[in-house]
Amino acid sequence: MSTRTLVSPATLARPRGRAVYWTVFTGVVVLFAIAFLFPVYWMVTGAMKSPDEVAKTPPTLVPEQWHLSGYSDAWDLMQLPRHLWNTVVQATGAWLFQLVFCTAAAYALSRLKPAFGKVILGGILATLMVPAQALVVPKYLTVADLPLIHTSLLNDPLAIWLPAVANAFNLYLLKRFFDQIPRDVLEAAEIDGAGKLRTLWSIVLPMSRPVLGVVSIFALVAVWQDFLWPLMVFSDTGKQPISVALVQLSQNIQLTVLIAAMVIASIPMVALFLVFQRHIIAGISAGSTKG
Amino acid sequence: MTKTAARPPAEAIAVHPVQAPPPAGGRGRRRLADQVRAYGFLLGGLICFALFSWYPAIRAVVIAFQKYTPGSSPEWVGTANFTRVLHDPEFTAAWRNTLTFTLLALLIGFAIPFLLALVLNELRHAKAFFRVVVYLPVMIPPVVSALLWKWFYDPGAGLANEALRFSHLPTSNWSNGADTALISLVIVATWANMGGTVLIYLAALQSIPGELYEAAELDGAGLLQRIRHVTIPQTRFVILMLMLLQIIATMQVFTEPFVITGGGPENATVTVLYLIYKYAFLYNDFGGACALSVMLLVLLGAFSALYLRLTRSGEDDA
Repeated sequence: MSTRTLVSPATLARPRGRAVYWTVFTGVVVLFAIAFLFPVYWMVTGAMKSPDEVAKTPPTLVPEQWHLSGYSDAWDLMQLPRHLWNTVVQATGAWLFQLVFCTAAAYALSRLKPAFGKVILGGILATLMVPAQALVVPKYLTVADLPLIHTSLLNDPLAIWLPAVANAFNLYLLKRFFDQIPRDVLEAAEIDGAGKLRTLWSIVLPMSRPVLGVVSIFALVAVWQDFLWPLMVFSDTGKQPISVALVQLSQNIQLTVLIAAMVIASIPMVALFLVFQRHIIAGISAGSTKG
Repeated sequence: MTKTAARPPAEAIAVHPVQAPPPAGGRGRRRLADQVRAYGFLLGGLICFALFSWYPAIRAVVIAFQKYTPGSSPEWVGTANFTRVLHDPEFTAAWRNTLTFTLLALLIGFAIPFLLALVLNELRHAKAFFRVVVYLPVMIPPVVSALLWKWFYDPGAGLANEALRFSHLPTSNWSNGADTALISLVIVATWANMGGTVLIYLAALQSIPGELYEAAELDGAGLLQRIRHVTIPQTRFVILMLMLLQIIATMQVFTEPFVITGGGPENATVTVLYLIYKYAFLYNDFGGACALSVMLLVLLGAFSALYLRLTRSGEDDA
């Protein structure tokens, strides 16, 4: 607030400046309402219209009659509880695997000086240069037939969980955070007789709450929003997450029911966002320019 | 402003000289035990990176030169996969579409968020509201945004044409017309993703020292001149960075064409990643899919390398 921006406070204080300011402000509010809020409103109310009404031209702004049957039909006909549960299992597992393995690896690379640590870190950072989507096919072939043990992870949540650990961005974020923890804090713990695991658990992790929060949100959102990878690895309809199921079922289902399912699929992430908006927005504003 | 507040300053580490713990007992054995422990911590992550990042990268290159069918042993075929893929009429379409998509996304998805951030930064009221609302579409699953816009673009009761009719404009075929399909998808992608870009620009704009604007104004610089000579040079680094990130992201576009147009009409929206998917899962041609992947990999790898190099040098400046 205090720092001045493009337009000086003096200009804004003048009557003309104030008039322009409020005109622009109103314009932006209207624009945001139309561009970002209206589509959401249209979706939520569209699901409550009758099948005839939703196909009507010109469309009605407010449903003539409010039906909740779209939502209940979507819940039952499209087996949303199962697909939502699949998504929850996949996202939670990926999050836990990432927290455990990425944190441990980042701690080792940051503090335990493993031999060839620099090489390993280089190899991990190099994967940042290889955009994930370009490698989906060979990754799929690997998951379909794991080397040495020749097991297939297809249609198994492990196909989401294990590749999620290979997230160089999150690992690097953690490592950089651990790098900044003052050394004498860790040494004090060691003098008190704490082992490495104990130090990680009771000193490093409690100090790293902000970065763990950011990594957790990234991990959950990434799995919930992903489409191509789960589309490839879950051919079994019963195992599919909501994103894949929505597209697969969208062909032969009534429009109102599909729209209702779309609303239901959006609720968890939107709710997560509204609860943690402050942290998420601060994290994006702060973190993304300096990865 | 662009640093995480929770990070202690780096100097804190340097101030305290470190005393190495006195070596107790056999130094070699102790070091070995340390190494075993360090690798114990590393192991899980290392296996996952090896299996799902490093191995697939090598494998993409290998399979690109093989005839590969899951279950049977692969055959070396030289560059046959590449020649086959290169002669596929869809190949040209896919690359042309992907590059056009990237370019359009850069023009639309780049100018709009920047202008929006510029205006938002001047507004003194309802700041939190604007930030939440602009980021809302990002949190809606991409599949849902795609299906939502497919409904908007519907030639019958679609909202997009309804809006045009309401404003007495001629209606459009949107995603169903060969010449409008690609731009329709760019609009969807921009709508769905601009929130993050806007927030990052806002953060960059807030880090511009107010004195610069003051000095420019004293020198008689008007609004546009201040934007040109203060705002843009001060945010140049972030602009460049986001541009590259966006190029990398949009060149991997898949969900929107897959869900909204199915690659059509007349291959107008087939993208490279979509073609990779088709080769693997429709034609069962994994060699061709990997040959395409390698081409995409090389191009995107070059952009990513540029991005990483820039972020590195940017950090050195800071």
